[in-house]
Amino acid sequence: MNSAADALPDQRFALVGLPNCGKTALFNRLTGSHQKVANYPGVTVERKEGHFRGPSHRQYRVLDLPGVYSLRPTTLDEAITRDVVLGRLAGEAQPELVVLVADATHLALSLRLILDVKRLGVPMIVALNLSDVAKRRGYALDRERLAQELGVPVVETVAVASDGAEDLIAELERNATTARAMVSSDREVADVRATHAEAARILEVIGYRVPPRNRLLETADRLVLHPVAGMLLLGALLFFVFQAVFSWAAAPMDAIQAGVAVVAHWLTAVLPDGVLRSLLVDGILAGVGSVVVFLPQIIILFAFILALEDSGYLPRAAYLLDRVMGSVGLSGRAFIPLLSSFACAIPGIMATRTIPNLRDRLATIMIAPLMTCSARLPVYALLIAAFIPARAVGPFNLQGLVLFALYFAGIASALIVAFVMKRTMLKSAYHPLMLELPDYQWPNARNLAMGLWERVRIFMSRVGGVILSLMVLLWFLSSYPAPPAGAVGPAIEYSFAGMIGQALAVVFAPIGFNWQISIALVPGMAAREVAVAALGTVYSLSGSDDGVAGALAPMIAASWSLATALSLLAWYVFAPQCLSTLVVVKRETNSWRYPLLMAAYLFALAYGAAFLTYRLALAFGGG
Amino acid sequence: MTETSRSGTLPLTALRKGDVGVVVDVVDDGQMLGDSDGSTLARRLGELGFVPGADVEVVAVMWLGHDPLAVRVGGSTFALRGREAEQIRVRRT
Repeated sequence: MNSAADALPDQRFALVGLPNCGKTALFNRLTGSHQKVANYPGVTVERKEGHFRGPSHRQYRVLDLPGVYSLRPTTLDEAITRDVVLGRLAGEAQPELVVLVADATHLALSLRLILDVKRLGVPMIVALNLSDVAKRRGYALDRERLAQELGVPVVETVAVASDGAEDLIAELERNATTARAMVSSDREVADVRATHAEAARILEVIGYRVPPRNRLLETADRLVLHPVAGMLLLGALLFFVFQAVFSWAAAPMDAIQAGVAVVAHWLTAVLPDGVLRSLLVDGILAGVGSVVVFLPQIIILFAFILALEDSGYLPRAAYLLDRVMGSVGLSGRAFIPLLSSFACAIPGIMATRTIPNLRDRLATIMIAPLMTCSARLPVYALLIAAFIPARAVGPFNLQGLVLFALYFAGIASALIVAFVMKRTMLKSAYHPLMLELPDYQWPNARNLAMGLWERVRIFMSRVGGVILSLMVLLWFLSSYPAPPAGAVGPAIEYSFAGMIGQALAVVFAPIGFNWQISIALVPGMAAREVAVAALGTVYSLSGSDDGVAGALAPMIAASWSLATALSLLAWYVFAPQCLSTLVVVKRETNSWRYPLLMAAYLFALAYGAAFLTYRLALAFGGG
Repeated sequence: MTETSRSGTLPLTALRKGDVGVVVDVVDDGQMLGDSDGSTLARRLGELGFVPGADVEVVAVMWLGHDPLAVRVGGSTFALRGREAEQIRVRRT
């Protein structure tokens, strides 16, 4: 078996097709879990490669190229597809064969792309995907006649069925023996109208018949796209997703925290007191635990996003919100990443991959941290409980109103920042919407699971890599040097973090922060909620997080002024207190430019807002 | 093109929700999309199926200026901003 496999050279081919043609589902069907997701060098376009073996044991390597409407690109994604197909992309070998995935239920559109690619003289197999749906809904066509007209093999595929790619694999095996390297060709693409006429002629001779449209779905679409009813539906849906992310994730999050606590307890018991124990328990375990705890929220959120995307609803939501987002220069597609950022900015920034225009995408990434993520809640909760009286204001509670105001401040400033950025550094040329609203369909469980697994893997590998090293660094800064013998203050006061904090206190004095707050901000860089634990440490408290928060509230209420507390709240609306986010921005944009810029503008905003809040509060007697 | 059909053409944005029409022309104002080898706006609209003779139906419009609007053409539905829809000249049927 090995010798047979060795004898046959690998065959490389690429999947090319329209957006929404089920190309990725077919890719998943062919390659299963043998996939590698990365970026193309130097750009933020996702590169998906997989491999599988045919019955002859020949190894096939498949590239899933971004969906295109034609080989004349309008986006970076489309340009990548064109360059790979033509063998023009540096560092990417030209595929030996193109499998053109055509949607059998939208053959007219696919046919124009097929004719475009065929004109380049590229060896090609046409895969009529969704052929089961087409048959069920009453589409008719003569497949053999189509192959004759095109002069290339045409096979039927059903990406969602376990045997749906067998015909394609058989055809690949037949072609592999005769395959030769593609000839790069820059022949002029024919006039669109001529191509359209040719496509119409072929559709006529193969007897392509489209069934009457589904009246029920059509009525549903009128409701979904209605300016009022559609918006209400979207609002209800978003509210439900939000609720689910926070309520369903609560139990598994508690379980993860409890699990981390059990491991920490066990390590503390079995290891002798010393550097190793401190590193493992306070550095690695505490640090990684504080990020992994968001995994349940991320899984639930992405399950919803992927299901909505698969069903065809997401582009419709983008249509509804295009006007609102467009008024600050963003695309309607920006709303899903921004929604995700309320749970955690990391999945939000990862979700910006669905925005095709690079500048729109960068603007969305830049404002994602302004959405109030759930890590800010512990800090808000502590400060509100300590300083804001639970007084009734009309039908509302003053504490609730303050919390709402903090969320609102984040959203409002995000819109303003987007507006400014899109008019200055991220000014983009006119970019059209031209968004296809695909037919509704049931999300496929297998694709959903694979998509979810991919997101979880990306998130976890980031936790495992750079974020972990940063956590260890912060632990080091907070633990060394050890306090001198006979020291009375908390250990952190004598550490590097303490020194940095004391130095920072000078910088932070104008906004009302004392040195205890300044010190807590340093370990708080790892994750915002760590600042609560750090404040506990500074005020010489120990115990569980909840216990610390409970004991801390009266203590800070007694020692801070109201102006300081309000200033700290304002600080937390903006402050880039999350290294993980900055690391992910670096990964997603392939440069340090944007994370540094993000940190700088957020610090500036945070300082400005805190300064203003502090001075105003003092002026109104909050000192 | 005869004089009568010319006077009867409207921009797609002039159609109301539920209206059907036929594409008469797509005006090419040279607006580029993508890189130097990319498509123009008019060309891309053609690639999506907005070619003379194609039947269109306005499925949904947003308030204020019909921007964006959702149009069915050649068995697919596309959301277009007003800027794109204005390039498409149609005759109401």
